[in-house]
Amino acid sequence: MLLIHCPYCNETLPEAEFTYAGEAHIARGADPSALTDAQWEAYLFHRSNVKGPHYERWRHLHGCGRFFNAVRDTVSDRFLTTYPAGAPRPDLAALAVKVPE
Amino acid sequence: MTRFNVFSLLSNAMTGNRNWTEQWPESQPKAEYDVVVVGAGGHGLGTAYYLAKEHGITNVAVIDKGWLGGGNTGRNTTVIRSNYLYDESARLYDHSVDLWEGLSQELNYNVMYSRRGVMVLAHTVHEMQSARRHIHANRLNGVDNRWLTAQEAKEYCPPLDISPHARYPVMGAALQVRAGTARHDAVAWGYARAAAARGVDIIQNCPVTAIRRHPDGSVAGVETARGFIGAKKVAVSAAGHTSVVMETAGVRLPLESYPLQALVSEPVKPVFPCVVMSNAVHAYISQSDKGELVIGSGTDQYTSYSQRGGLPLIEHALAAVIELFPMFSRMRMLRKWGGIVDVTPDRSPIVGTTPVGGLYVNCGWGTGGFKATPGAAHTFAWTIAKDEPHPINAPFTLERFRTGRLIDEAAAAAVAH
Repeated sequence: MLLIHCPYCNETLPEAEFTYAGEAHIARGADPSALTDAQWEAYLFHRSNVKGPHYERWRHLHGCGRFFNAVRDTVSDRFLTTYPAGAPRPDLAALAVKVPE
Repeated sequence: MTRFNVFSLLSNAMTGNRNWTEQWPESQPKAEYDVVVVGAGGHGLGTAYYLAKEHGITNVAVIDKGWLGGGNTGRNTTVIRSNYLYDESARLYDHSVDLWEGLSQELNYNVMYSRRGVMVLAHTVHEMQSARRHIHANRLNGVDNRWLTAQEAKEYCPPLDISPHARYPVMGAALQVRAGTARHDAVAWGYARAAAARGVDIIQNCPVTAIRRHPDGSVAGVETARGFIGAKKVAVSAAGHTSVVMETAGVRLPLESYPLQALVSEPVKPVFPCVVMSNAVHAYISQSDKGELVIGSGTDQYTSYSQRGGLPLIEHALAAVIELFPMFSRMRMLRKWGGIVDVTPDRSPIVGTTPVGGLYVNCGWGTGGFKATPGAAHTFAWTIAKDEPHPINAPFTLERFRTGRLIDEAAAAAVAH
């Protein structure tokens, strides 16, 4: 069971309260009708699927109900940080220093 | 390598089983191969076997980061079936079942394929209707599948609780008789032995760290922990790690890797005659020949490479199993584990060529790759040898995510592959 920190409630709570919502920071094209098929393919289907720190969205479904972003290491499942939706990507190098092994 | 037959078994039994020869040699990598297959699971080893047997290409290496069959081949719940909704899928998986039926004879290795039947339960009116639609679609495609009433389901699988007061009342079930199970390790070992006998090198404990390309873009070979190995063609069959390997060749794939969890109970005498799946409660169960109940759960909700997975899913699956089969309520569970499965957006695999010349991929099998092992390997070998799609794997291209011609088994099956 993962323990996840909700940045709005400021509490660390069990995974069962949350739903995963896919990779974060994927922006829909500003002018959809101008996108090529290849750009649509990338937006809809291509994901980084990274083995390591992964930027991802979660929703505190059985709590405040709000979406937030997280950085989680997909090898250890350890959360490096969580931050409100709309905030810029945190710097990975700075996070690596902060997290004790 | 000694061929298995009644005489070799008898003579070795008489001499204390001391004279068996090794099943396949410990190969050292050569400088260059015609084909390098990345990933020594059932799919990769099968691909090498069919390349050698059907296409005469024997200068082949199968390279794995661990031991052969130690990934998802050794971690799945061994269910074999072909009752998929769409025409393309039905052809692919039924081709596999055709090959399963003769596989032990073909490989001279007992893969313990057991046609014990797979029953998919329906708990609601909606599930009954969609199961019947599935049955009709299957029968039109020549795939066997039939409807059982709740009473008939109980007769086929006596441990099933069909009382109207059950938490998940059983309204009926779809039964594919030709479906069943096989011994997963034996599939990897059988293909490895048969491929090695035809000259294929199997190189274990040798991670492929990158795919190298020529200046013209075509494939040059693979970088490994034991140095560079040249290859005219590279075929990636690396399950959950496919996107990591393919990224090194500059190919992005529509894949996400999730932990899929399974567990086994302590071994008991034969109590469970078939495979039962329930999509609504998301659990599936069968009994291995060793006597363990083999129970499959779903994927975790988040992507991961941890090969662990969380307890909530296991608890959910077991709660459902106990409601469906109350006799297992005091059974002790022995082990649980996770395998990393590569899931596509439409839940159908990708088998074929890539934008890179000489680079081929067989991936995206998600939660249901074991059943497809012979069929996928057989058609993938064709594609590698001839550099063109096999009629059966032709719809399962990478291009479908650009053209929109998806094979949406995700919507058809909803869960459990």
